[in-house]
Amino acid sequence: MPQPEVLESRDRAGALLTDTEGEPLPLAMEAQNVSMWYGSKRAIDNVSLDMPAKAVTAIIGPSGCGKSTFIRALNRMHELVPHARIEGSVFLHGQNLYASGVDPAVVRRRVGMVFQKSNPFPTMSIGENVIVGLRLNGVGDRKFLNERLEQSLRMAALWDEVKDDLHKSGTSLSGGQQQRLCIARALAVEPEVLLMDEPCSALDPIATAKIEELIQGLKTQYTIVIVTHNMQQAGRVSDFTAFFYMGRLIEVGSTTKIFTNPSEKQTEDYITGRFG
Amino acid sequence: MQIQRKGHHSWRKFKSALISALTFCSAVLVIAPLGLVFFHVLKSGAGAVNLEFFTHLPKPVGVPGGGMANAIVGTLELLALASVIGIPVGVLGGVYLAEYGTARVNAVLRFIADVLNGVPSIIWGVVVYGLIVLRFKSFSAYAGGLALALIMIPLILRTTEEVILLVPVGYREAALALGIARWKTIVFVVVKTASRGIITGILLALARVGGETAPLLFTAFGNRFWNHNLSEPIAALPLQIFTYAISPYDDWHRQAWAGALVLVTGVFCVNILVRLVTRVRTASA
Repeated sequence: MPQPEVLESRDRAGALLTDTEGEPLPLAMEAQNVSMWYGSKRAIDNVSLDMPAKAVTAIIGPSGCGKSTFIRALNRMHELVPHARIEGSVFLHGQNLYASGVDPAVVRRRVGMVFQKSNPFPTMSIGENVIVGLRLNGVGDRKFLNERLEQSLRMAALWDEVKDDLHKSGTSLSGGQQQRLCIARALAVEPEVLLMDEPCSALDPIATAKIEELIQGLKTQYTIVIVTHNMQQAGRVSDFTAFFYMGRLIEVGSTTKIFTNPSEKQTEDYITGRFG
Repeated sequence: MQIQRKGHHSWRKFKSALISALTFCSAVLVIAPLGLVFFHVLKSGAGAVNLEFFTHLPKPVGVPGGGMANAIVGTLELLALASVIGIPVGVLGGVYLAEYGTARVNAVLRFIADVLNGVPSIIWGVVVYGLIVLRFKSFSAYAGGLALALIMIPLILRTTEEVILLVPVGYREAALALGIARWKTIVFVVVKTASRGIITGILLALARVGGETAPLLFTAFGNRFWNHNLSEPIAALPLQIFTYAISPYDDWHRQAWAGALVLVTGVFCVNILVRLVTRVRTASA
């Protein structure tokens, strides 16, 4: 896969997040002074956030706080919205995704995304859905595609359920299976980071539990950033939690700390259900 | 307070019945002509439709028998020519309207396409006569095909645009988020998802122009023999029907009825095909 050349790297002034020994964690992504606008409306106000590698970072906050907008800045998906504008930088392993000359398609191959509503392509079978990202990016080797197909479905904990039905339509699956199919599809292109935008909000508790279990397994290989409006979910799946409110990052820290001993009054009020 | 007032109640019932009756009559008025036309064409044309009609050239006046084989094939050739020009331009234009272009430009294009859809079809004949026939000093199949294509383009363009806009934005996002280039996303995901709707639009446009007579009068012109060269006049079923129907000869009239039956049946079959295509879509969705 073509890698964008390192166009810019930066000195990190000191990692915000540390492991249990107080050592700075290796980072997969860093957002620096990111501000975003839709037309003249400011949606994100000067957010800097570090996302450690091979860990789950949850973004929580009330509806309209900008968490979905922010996560879209991490793979340049906000550019699909007309009149959306961004300032600041987002680094993926030290490379600025917003440097001039960076192809958004390459960014999105390295930073995959799973959406709130499962969206398998209705014209394609289960198998075609999984490998479509590779196929349309020019991979034609049948053996390689078949290997990746099985591997991706296994990682998405869907292989055993669909291995005999790969030719069936993706839309014939249940809601939870469809969402895991979308995860397999995102994993098949081997991204470095997987963004998940409220991936369970349309699912029942059992399907939700399966996806959460899956996230736990995936973080050994992938960096995951998950947006959720379900605080229990953030508590269950994430290592780090960032609390957004009205377009600003109020507080970020280890999930245990945010949920048991937040530094900010606003975080505490939200966590304890006083608003939001 | 009384919930029901007697007099009021029956007046309301009367109004309800009146509206029901009016809508029913309107529905009958819509359906009746189709039934009448089909029945009458079938009654008058069925007697003259036989194998010879499909396999033989027209006979001179007074000679019994003969068919419209050249006109049937001519219509198919004209539709093929029209498709070659009309389908790519219409589909690509519809994709442009739905996926590219600025809101302002698109509003203008959409308005123009709607105006073009309302242009009487004989005008297209005149336009092509001026552009092609006069320049090359000959009526031709090309000119006829172009006239039909010009009618098809705005029809296909607008249906393509509409069915593409019906494709949920989630599919576009999913494809782009996989790092698939925009044009590939549009061709292999969006247009593919909308393909049944686009095919429906194409078939309906073909059914519409297949029966057009006016734009062919001074472009394809008609031909009593086989057309061996597309730059020469060519026969078409509607043209042949027109010529035969205004003639003073009874056996030509019978042939015209037979031609009308074949044409109506053809258009009918295309519409059935469209129903089948759209049925498959709703079944798989």
